[in-house]
Amino acid sequence: MKQFIGFLKKEFLHIFRDPRTMMIIFLLPIVQLLLFGKVINTDIQNSRIAILDQSHDNTTREITSKLVSSGYFVLGDELMPGDDVEDVFRKGKVKMVVTFGPEFEKSLERDGKADVQLLADASDPNTARILTNYASGIINDYVKKEKLQNLQLPNQINTEVRMLYNEGLKSVYMFVPGIMAMILMLISAMMTSISISKEKELGTMEVLLASPLKPIQIVLGKVTPYLLLSFINALTIILIGVFIFGVPIKGSFVFLMAESFLFIMMALSLGILISTIAPNQMVAMFISVLALMLPTILLSGFMFPIENMPLPLRILSHAMPPRWFIVIIKNIMLKGTGILFVWKETLILMFMTFVFIALSIKNFKIRLE
Amino acid sequence: MFRDTGYKYAAMITIQHISKAYKNVQAITDISLEVQKGELFGLIGPDGAGKTTLMRILMTLLIQDKGTATMNGFDVIKDYKKIRNMVGYMPGRFSLYQDLTVEENLNFFATVFKTTVAENYELIRDIYIQIEPFKNRLAGKLSGGMKQKLALSCALIHKPEILILDEPTTGVDAVSRKEFWEMLKNLQQKGITILVSTPYMDEATLCNRVALMQKGKVLDIDTPRNLVEGYTRKLYAIRSNDMHRLILDLRSYEKTDSAYAFGQYLHVTGKDDEVEATEFENYLLKKDHHELQVFDIAPTIEDVFMELLREVE
Repeated sequence: MKQFIGFLKKEFLHIFRDPRTMMIIFLLPIVQLLLFGKVINTDIQNSRIAILDQSHDNTTREITSKLVSSGYFVLGDELMPGDDVEDVFRKGKVKMVVTFGPEFEKSLERDGKADVQLLADASDPNTARILTNYASGIINDYVKKEKLQNLQLPNQINTEVRMLYNEGLKSVYMFVPGIMAMILMLISAMMTSISISKEKELGTMEVLLASPLKPIQIVLGKVTPYLLLSFINALTIILIGVFIFGVPIKGSFVFLMAESFLFIMMALSLGILISTIAPNQMVAMFISVLALMLPTILLSGFMFPIENMPLPLRILSHAMPPRWFIVIIKNIMLKGTGILFVWKETLILMFMTFVFIALSIKNFKIRLE
Repeated sequence: MFRDTGYKYAAMITIQHISKAYKNVQAITDISLEVQKGELFGLIGPDGAGKTTLMRILMTLLIQDKGTATMNGFDVIKDYKKIRNMVGYMPGRFSLYQDLTVEENLNFFATVFKTTVAENYELIRDIYIQIEPFKNRLAGKLSGGMKQKLALSCALIHKPEILILDEPTTGVDAVSRKEFWEMLKNLQQKGITILVSTPYMDEATLCNRVALMQKGKVLDIDTPRNLVEGYTRKLYAIRSNDMHRLILDLRSYEKTDSAYAFGQYLHVTGKDDEVEATEFENYLLKKDHHELQVFDIAPTIEDVFMELLREVE
């Protein structure tokens, strides 16, 4: 036990004396979370639109003010009939042009229908789709509530849409779980694999192996500091998510932390496995980044929906631990579900941890070469 | 070539017919030797002679392809755990933690070997006292000589019965080298068996016995004195103003057997011991060499080594 504590002390000294390690552990999570949460924001806010109003009546004015007061749009230009619409887009400031047909109010009241055209700049297809959806939603909503309620229209189906668990469609709800998975993977897997392969590279592993230390003591001694630090990180990320971005924790906090702990264990055992294969720090880093980080970002459903991927990638995504972890924390945080709903994902993570540990033990060499 | 020393039962390290190959290189071939208890034994040879491989096999870090080896009676494969407890090891590269201080390194290795610095301070005092003023300095910031002293202190901290040192003086200045060997002599006085490797031939004379190694084979094992006395050839040291031309001219001379650069001089032997110094002198004067010096010289271990090499090749 004394041996083990001595080893731990040494590991913490390594970590605290290396500014790069400290930055990765303590600065990276926060910076990344703030970056994803604030800068890379796919929410629509304050998009500039232009209005071409050929009718200029009360209804069109009210619709315009509804659009602008929604917060999604700001009014850029008021166009005149005959203005070149394409020219407006070419200047690039305006994302959408709303055109009201002539005699809008009159035809609405007379026939129950009127013409409005939404022209969107689809050079950015996602934004264009979201903008037109939002705008038509607002327009329909207004027309139904204000204008058509006294009209009796036969056989009309009203679709009412509610976005459950994330009513505001805030992307930060998606990023917090995703970044948590990414950071925990990075720190746990990459940092442990680098720290073990560093000993190999510098030749200190030779001395450790020739000492009475048991392999399990070496591995546990390497892993424990990162387990603690990763856990602190998980906590930090959740706290930032809750207090800065307003992400809810509807389920049990303890359960959330327990699942995070499981995921950290999984990532650590993966890190050990990498270090048993990698002969030096460069290779360990390379494997960690290429084989872990990129798939974590691309294939875990964090950035791109798994359902939209081609079949081979969809199958491959099953092997990505973060995929399951993201499902678990989204369930706990946003839906408030318990173990009954995520037991399958939990079992998968446990199984992965077990496999990585078994492979690491099999691969760990009590000798050189 | 293995001479019976008559101390079979006091053997601390025994190596019998050990061979080891890496992927496509034969690192060592059929090596047998014994190191007696309390002996300071040197493995002497250039890079690639197989010294490190042999030491790693003894340190239970590599497994030999053939043969057996024991350390204090324990088999290097079967009893590797026992060996790791009782042997001190200093690998060829400086393998301490550069980002830990001198004191932290020492404390770490003490706890790893389940002991404390205080408990065995007596053994390392003479060595550690020299680096103690820098105990709060990071190991990476020490000079080469101080690094070696720290590494030696760390290897000794658990009071090992056997000490294995792989090229401890490589890359260390001449003064520190001398000091280092004095430390080894002191440790030997305390009953520790020491196996040390070095590429420096001049250090061979500081060992009790040496094994001369080349390309994975042992050329000879004996005391340095016996090795030198066994060299019966007549040896000349020769020098002139143009050393480069000198060696070419001597090697093309029909009465020359061998000519090697050796510090400031060439060491030269004749085809037979009848060849006189004057013969060389006359030949070289004819070849227009100036400031010529030719004189008899006593052989050193390096001359023995060169001679053995030529016999093998």
